[in-house]
Amino acid sequence: MSKDDTKKALKEFGIKITDQVKKDKNPEIRFLLRNLSNIIYDPKTKVLKLGKKEGTRSFFNVAHAKKFLQTVEVASVIKEKLLDSGKHSSLRDVFYMVKRTIPGTNTNLVDDQTESDKAIEDLEVITTLSREEMHVNANKNGSVAGKVVIEDRGDTIDWSKLGSGGWAIPSNVEEIKFKKVEAKYIIYMEKAAVWERLNEDKYWQKNDAIIVSSQGQTTRGIRRLLQRLYDEYKLPIYVLCDGDIYGAYIYSVIKYGSIALAHASERLTIPGVKYVGITMDDIEKYDLKKHFIKLDEKDYARIKQVSEYEWFKTNKEWQRQFKMMKEFKAKVEIQSLSAKDISFVSETYLPNKIKNKEFLD
Amino acid sequence: MGAEHKVTAEDLAKKQREISVSEFFAKNRHLLGFDNPRKALLMAVKEAVDNSLDATQEIGVLPEIIVELHQLKEDRFKVVVEDNGPGIVKEQIPKVFGKLLYGSKFHRLRQSRGQQGIGISAVLLYGQLTTGKGMLITSKTGSKANAHYYEIHIDTQKNEPIIRQDKVIDWKKDQGTRIEVELQGIYQKGKQSVDEFIKEVALINPHAKIMYKAPDQDTLMYMRGIEELPKEAKEIKPHPHGVELGVLIRMLHSTTTGSVSSFLQNDFSRISLALAQEICGTARISPRARPSTIVRDEAEAMYNALQKNEKIIAPPTDCLSPLGEEALIRGLRKEIDAEFYAAVTRRPSVYRGMPFLIEVGIAYGGSLEKEEPIRIMRFANRVPLLYQQGACSSTDAVVSTAWRSYGLSQSKESLPIGPVALVIHMASVWVPFTSEAKEAIAPYDEILKEMKLALQEAGRQMYSYIRKTVRAREQQERVNLFEKYIPELAASLSVLTGEKKLELQEHLEKALKKGLKDLLAEVKEAENIEIKGKHVAYGEKQSTLDEGEHADE
Repeated sequence: MSKDDTKKALKEFGIKITDQVKKDKNPEIRFLLRNLSNIIYDPKTKVLKLGKKEGTRSFFNVAHAKKFLQTVEVASVIKEKLLDSGKHSSLRDVFYMVKRTIPGTNTNLVDDQTESDKAIEDLEVITTLSREEMHVNANKNGSVAGKVVIEDRGDTIDWSKLGSGGWAIPSNVEEIKFKKVEAKYIIYMEKAAVWERLNEDKYWQKNDAIIVSSQGQTTRGIRRLLQRLYDEYKLPIYVLCDGDIYGAYIYSVIKYGSIALAHASERLTIPGVKYVGITMDDIEKYDLKKHFIKLDEKDYARIKQVSEYEWFKTNKEWQRQFKMMKEFKAKVEIQSLSAKDISFVSETYLPNKIKNKEFLD
Repeated sequence: MGAEHKVTAEDLAKKQREISVSEFFAKNRHLLGFDNPRKALLMAVKEAVDNSLDATQEIGVLPEIIVELHQLKEDRFKVVVEDNGPGIVKEQIPKVFGKLLYGSKFHRLRQSRGQQGIGISAVLLYGQLTTGKGMLITSKTGSKANAHYYEIHIDTQKNEPIIRQDKVIDWKKDQGTRIEVELQGIYQKGKQSVDEFIKEVALINPHAKIMYKAPDQDTLMYMRGIEELPKEAKEIKPHPHGVELGVLIRMLHSTTTGSVSSFLQNDFSRISLALAQEICGTARISPRARPSTIVRDEAEAMYNALQKNEKIIAPPTDCLSPLGEEALIRGLRKEIDAEFYAAVTRRPSVYRGMPFLIEVGIAYGGSLEKEEPIRIMRFANRVPLLYQQGACSSTDAVVSTAWRSYGLSQSKESLPIGPVALVIHMASVWVPFTSEAKEAIAPYDEILKEMKLALQEAGRQMYSYIRKTVRAREQQERVNLFEKYIPELAASLSVLTGEKKLELQEHLEKALKKGLKDLLAEVKEAENIEIKGKHVAYGEKQSTLDEGEHADE
């Protein structure tokens, strides 16, 4: 969607309100609810999405007034200060652009950033625009390396010539153009340290792969980048995480989407990704028991929660994994493979797994 | 080797001797509350002020008390307390101040501040121990009497006063007592300070005028809030249910009555001739027996008969002298700047045969801290209790009251949060303290129950005030809020759509007026809430609707 289309969409949002105002009505905003009761797993497309339940927010309602004002104010700030001038900003910038005391009161329009962040998410749901389309970016997070050449805002970047750090993935990857993509698959890993290992060992060169990492959470930018490579170049994607319930959750978010971003599922989820490791079977196979970390109460609660997700519930292979987690009463980190040899993960573990197609779906 | 260490009983006997009370307390000063220099300074002021208030009360004079703290060195103070009480007859002065456990209050059952007769002599003893100096006492019993000036020490081994000076001086005062004592102490401000003590004394004794001079500060005047003395508390005889076996035996031996029957009728409250006969019957004692001939086993039978007899009615309660709701509110108003005051004086009740009653005062809003735990001021027979709040049954009562129902926030097992100061006063002929230092009230079920009932009643009154003014104000604030939001929304919409800001604003204002009716109805409803309670009062500043509206203009 072009910048002008985005502006038009925001203006339409405004006009829907002013039409009501001109009739001396208590103006309302209607939007799809984003609470748990309106999140639906669609087994056909295998993604989480918003249901059809609508909520209304009206201005002359004590509980809604401030949020109403915040949503409209954020929309006007985005239109005037970002889109009109062609500039991009961070969520934090938007917070400061909106933050001020309402004259004649001791109330701030927004008190902390979660409020302006929420207003942006609301606008995403209401207008179906993405945050990036509204020129609001998150922080850079994550690195990528591989035999790929791209063009980003007029600069040509070769992902194979960026040394030890790789290319830092921006939060907005919509306008990137892929010039050359020479790879057979992508490995996405939750840990930057493991990415550095693979990069130093030139894994991407030896195996014709693209290696992507985040630092913990998989941000929108990374998810969108993976999705574009998957959609546009049909590259298989394999996820490498710690052998624990949080690894399974990271995989689940990439594959099926998350509750918080259910409204953006279409732009972010990749139903075809596969989980390469660490699996509970790897523990026996690679003798990792001596690196066990004991589970605590929180871990058990999370296992219970995740194992009851609709898409995992009917997945026998994953249910077996969850059961083994509970039996082991422990978890292992990817780095425990380094105990054998520092390059065991890049020279033996991953090549073998991929050759033998040992994946979880 | 062993032979050298052989000690005979005779040798030991040479070392065994009586320990004097004074010596005992000299070594165990914490038992009387003189744990540390900071507390010692407070105790000295407290004991002297307690005596002054009791003394003026006895002769029916409105108290006028001077308290001065002079700092002599880093940790050395001179404490001066002067009153307009009856003075003390010359012969008694040395014993009253220079002998522990000498007093008129221990052996009677009447509501008074002091009860053990150790207080002021313990102050002398502490001063003497820490500075080597005695206490200077000036006393005058009437306008025509001489003013006597004494310097007194204590002979700690004999528990007897030593008179160092004894002379007649000129004193402008008609009557009264003045003491001066030097002691080791530390002066600090804040909770548990002398400052706080004096303030609380002024609050709970609104009939007293106090001039207080702290080190390096101007004299503070605590004026009277009420010009009447509290009702005189009557002395009562012990109630049969409150007496212990040992006490009963002692009473049997010291009574002036000639028979057990008349002993029971005369020396106890609430025992009639018929009841006396019945008790003697149950205990198998002849009603005509001489009390002094009753042996221990018989006394125990009598004790059990007294305890089990359910016909004995509760003790008389005219021995109690509460402040009363009105005086309590006056005390609160003059010492605490708040918006709303209420007070509840409960009817007398009985624990272990001892009559008592609970009073609660509550102050809300104004200068009181909103985000802090509420402030509790505890009193026993009009004496502030500054230490051991956590161990006191009044704290239990506050914590176990459901303050959320009265508009305050409270997490489990803790003090509620809100702009509230609470006064809890227990009046009794005998307050059950948890220790000799008289800092915390023991948690008898009957006492806790009365405290909670009083707190609940005061809480309800406060809550009706909160609903009336604060809730109404909140509603009004909401209306104001929309008025403030309208220009903001109009401006944002104008940027977004290109429509004219002022036009949008006018439309929104029209829409607000349409919807206003419902909101204002809520305001009216809150305004109409009736505040229950006989005795409530308001501070100078009220957070009412009017004020909010003025601020707008």
